[in-house]
Amino acid sequence: MNYLVGAFKPPCNIFISFTDGRSRKQVPLKKENGKTVMVALFQSQENIVGEVVIEPIHGKKVEHNGVKIELLGQIELYFDRGNFYDFTSLVRELDVPGELYERKTYPFEFSTVEMPYESYNGVNVRLRYILKVTISRNYVSNIVEYQDFVVRNYTPPPSINNSIKMEVGIEDCLHIEFEYSKSKYHLKDVIIGKIYFLLVRIKLKNMELEIRCRESTGSGPNTYVETETLAKFELMDGAPVRGESIPIRLFLSPYELTPTYRNINNKFSVKYYLNLVLVDEEDRRYFKQQEITMYRNLEAS
Amino acid sequence: MLNGTEDEEKWLAEGIAGIQHNAFYMHRALDSNNLREALKYSAQMLSELRTSKLSPHKYYELYMRAFDELKRLELFFKDDSKHGVSVVDLYELVQHAGNILPRLYLLCTVGSIYIKSKEAPAKEVLKDLVEMCRGVQHPIRGLFLRSYLAQISRDKLPDIGSEYEGDADTVMDAVDFVLQNFTEMNKLWVRMQHQGPGGVREKREKERSELQDLVGKNLHVLSQIEGVDLEMYKETVLPRVLEQVVNCKDDLAQYYLMDCIIQVFPDEYHLQTLETLLGACPQLQPTVDVKTVLSRLMDRLSNYAASSADVLPEFLQVEAFSKLSNAIGKVIEAQLDMPAVGAITLYVSLLTFTLRVHPDRLDHVDQVLGACVKKLSNIPKLEDSRAMKQVVALLSAPLEKYNDIVTALTLSNYPRVMDHLDIGTNKLMAMVIIQSIMKNNSCISTADKVEVLFELIKGLIKDIDGADVDELDEEDFKEEQNSVARLIHMLYNDEPEEMLKIICIVRKHTMVGGPKRLPFTVSSLVFSALRAANGCDIEHVAYEFFTQAFLLYEEEIADSKAQVTAIHLIIGTLQRMNVFGVENRDTLTHKATGYSARLLKKADQCRAVYACSHLFWVDDQDGIKDGERVLLCLKRALRIANAAQQMANVARGSGGPVSLFVEILNKYIYFFEKGNKQITSSAIQGLIELINTEMQSDSTNPDSVADAFLASTLRYIQFQKQKGGVMGEKFESIKL
Repeated sequence: MNYLVGAFKPPCNIFISFTDGRSRKQVPLKKENGKTVMVALFQSQENIVGEVVIEPIHGKKVEHNGVKIELLGQIELYFDRGNFYDFTSLVRELDVPGELYERKTYPFEFSTVEMPYESYNGVNVRLRYILKVTISRNYVSNIVEYQDFVVRNYTPPPSINNSIKMEVGIEDCLHIEFEYSKSKYHLKDVIIGKIYFLLVRIKLKNMELEIRCRESTGSGPNTYVETETLAKFELMDGAPVRGESIPIRLFLSPYELTPTYRNINNKFSVKYYLNLVLVDEEDRRYFKQQEITMYRNLEAS
Repeated sequence: MLNGTEDEEKWLAEGIAGIQHNAFYMHRALDSNNLREALKYSAQMLSELRTSKLSPHKYYELYMRAFDELKRLELFFKDDSKHGVSVVDLYELVQHAGNILPRLYLLCTVGSIYIKSKEAPAKEVLKDLVEMCRGVQHPIRGLFLRSYLAQISRDKLPDIGSEYEGDADTVMDAVDFVLQNFTEMNKLWVRMQHQGPGGVREKREKERSELQDLVGKNLHVLSQIEGVDLEMYKETVLPRVLEQVVNCKDDLAQYYLMDCIIQVFPDEYHLQTLETLLGACPQLQPTVDVKTVLSRLMDRLSNYAASSADVLPEFLQVEAFSKLSNAIGKVIEAQLDMPAVGAITLYVSLLTFTLRVHPDRLDHVDQVLGACVKKLSNIPKLEDSRAMKQVVALLSAPLEKYNDIVTALTLSNYPRVMDHLDIGTNKLMAMVIIQSIMKNNSCISTADKVEVLFELIKGLIKDIDGADVDELDEEDFKEEQNSVARLIHMLYNDEPEEMLKIICIVRKHTMVGGPKRLPFTVSSLVFSALRAANGCDIEHVAYEFFTQAFLLYEEEIADSKAQVTAIHLIIGTLQRMNVFGVENRDTLTHKATGYSARLLKKADQCRAVYACSHLFWVDDQDGIKDGERVLLCLKRALRIANAAQQMANVARGSGGPVSLFVEILNKYIYFFEKGNKQITSSAIQGLIELINTEMQSDSTNPDSVADAFLASTLRYIQFQKQKGGVMGEKFESIKL
């Protein structure tokens, strides 16, 4: 309905800006239309301060039933189109009902806003934060303007970060022992490790390490799981013999990763896995998948 | 349908095209300083090296193309003003590549710059590189990748005196790095034997040997590291290299690497680590050609010993001989099925070694021969011709070294080795021995040695059981027997008693020679005996010899040519005899001149008679000097020559041999010079005039030989005249 109004040209322009907009870090955000725009970056507990400017066109008069600004945190499930779940909703009234004749500026402030979840743009789900300005009107539709922003939350390095070590194999065919130095990685981290071949009776061709991202949305019977392989990194070329140990060094920085999200507002989860894949000469694949926890680290970002 | 080679050509062409294509875009990126694109296209270019379809040979071609491109890329990486990225970041950036092979080639390339930049210690970077390269386990690709690593790191090792040298003991890091790369490369190389497409073993081994130098190169690098001194070589380098060599359990690798170690490291290192090096030999696979390895080692050490006398004490100090000898023993013991030729080749090398290093140690030589005998005695019959050749080499070596058979005769094992030769080779060796004696003019002067000598050459002395007599080549046989005859003259001692023993031994051996050999050998024996008799003052024995000789002459020799030869022999022998009293001597000389004058042809008579003149003039201190009878002989010779001349005139209307006169003239001059008073200058003058007249007479045919003979004789007289002194005065009165 809002869009219909746009066809008729809105009687005013609305600008939303942040007070510290010039100094604040901007990050890219992919919009619905596929375009990427730069938007302001916030984290939880920050004050979101700014102003809204309403500018009627050509001295036109805008009659309204009040002006408000909302800060919304929404989860949008694509299979459930049109339904947004607002997990955060804050409102500030900017103006009482009346008429606007000329450009008017409204400062606003949301103090220490709880934004526990990060902005996320997945396959089946989107979590986004918006500022929404609404000019309520009688008889005609409201005039609405949105401003996206991105939230990222940083976690300190985990106090416990055990290595992942495991011995796996197929009896009498292949026994390997692998080790990743940590189970928790920040987004620009390096995965260090090694694979030790205890028994090799099959003709291997190569070995790779995959980073897989598993996004699950919904719950119960309506759970949708989407798994995406974000990285395929060849670790070994050729066939090793017993006793060989192959080093792993995988830099995570080139890949677009997010922190691990567990059960965000009971709507979705995003988990990461390292998948070690061995391929034999007949292109049979032997693999072992291990979950790793991703976190956002302030220093490294 | 393409066959294998054509397929390969096609794949290679495709690979090269792929490299060129991506290199083109890479160059464009380099020219526009676009790092991201440069990385992208270089990685794509290097992806061509991921092929499994090429043989090592073709793969090398592809590798070299990529290698050249990487050099350009390196120049770009080096210049951070072009791409604005620090080398540390670059080192991370190239590791983002998803495929391991391009990633590691790029990493090595940046690593090389990283070391050069000195932003990190060389050893850290090298360690990281060599460790990361483990990811490539494919033999051919791995070998070439590591060979690239070796190539780019060669000049960046933290060696002593290198600009990359760190604080403490960084040579060790350099050595560790090279050793590790070497070990990994060798493992990959060995693995080729067991992996890869199924093919015939020969083909695979051929392919592997094409790659051997990639592996060996590491050893070469090690040998070039300044900091690898003897101590480090002994404590670290050699043990670790050998550990890899032994543990890889691959015959091709073991053979190549052992040889490589021997060739690349300095001689003195080998000498000081002989025990370790030799200790590895018995641990090698039984199929490894250890004998060649050891032979080469000994050859090297022999040459080293020969290079300078200063190094010889080192050899003694480390007891090189006994170590080598032990090692050879162990190898031969361990490798039961080693062919005889192998074992003997080893002994030849050891012998050469000891002859060069310890020429004074005959016991070593004998020890080697003894060991060889032991080995040979386990072989029923030596039929391998190559083995036979080696035995001959073994036996010839001491002869050549000492130039003296007498030395060889003291070697107790020498004849025992000869026993193992087949008949033909045995004869050959006997000939070698005789020739050695002749060449060096060695006199064998004790009965014991003569006995040993005849034992050695018995193949020539008598028929050996089982020899095929029909096979004998007549000429060879003659030559052999003539050599034996000559040899007998070399067996001599001034002591009559010892000489008698020698003669007895020679007689004992030659008498069993059979009718074919005796004609050759007996005359030598007789002469030898006669010489002994002469030397011992046993007149009656000597007289008996001559009596028998004359009897034989009269009764057995009918052929006129044989008579001529025989009479000259008799005259020559008699002339050397000084044992006879006046009476016996007169009898014998009378007989000899008599036979001379009765030869069939005038010319032969003439020559025999003037030869007889020497029987009356022995140019020794107390030899007989009967000038009158000399003159008588010469005059008689002249008369015969005259008669011959006249006979020729009558018979053919032409002149006879003027040369006879010239020959007699020479005798005149000889005795004139020796001071025979009966020969006067006027007699010589007369003779010359006579000859001139003869020459100019119409009836004489021009004879260029006689002319030349006369001319040189006259020239000689002229020379003596001009020389002055006593001789000049003597010749003064002769007018020419």
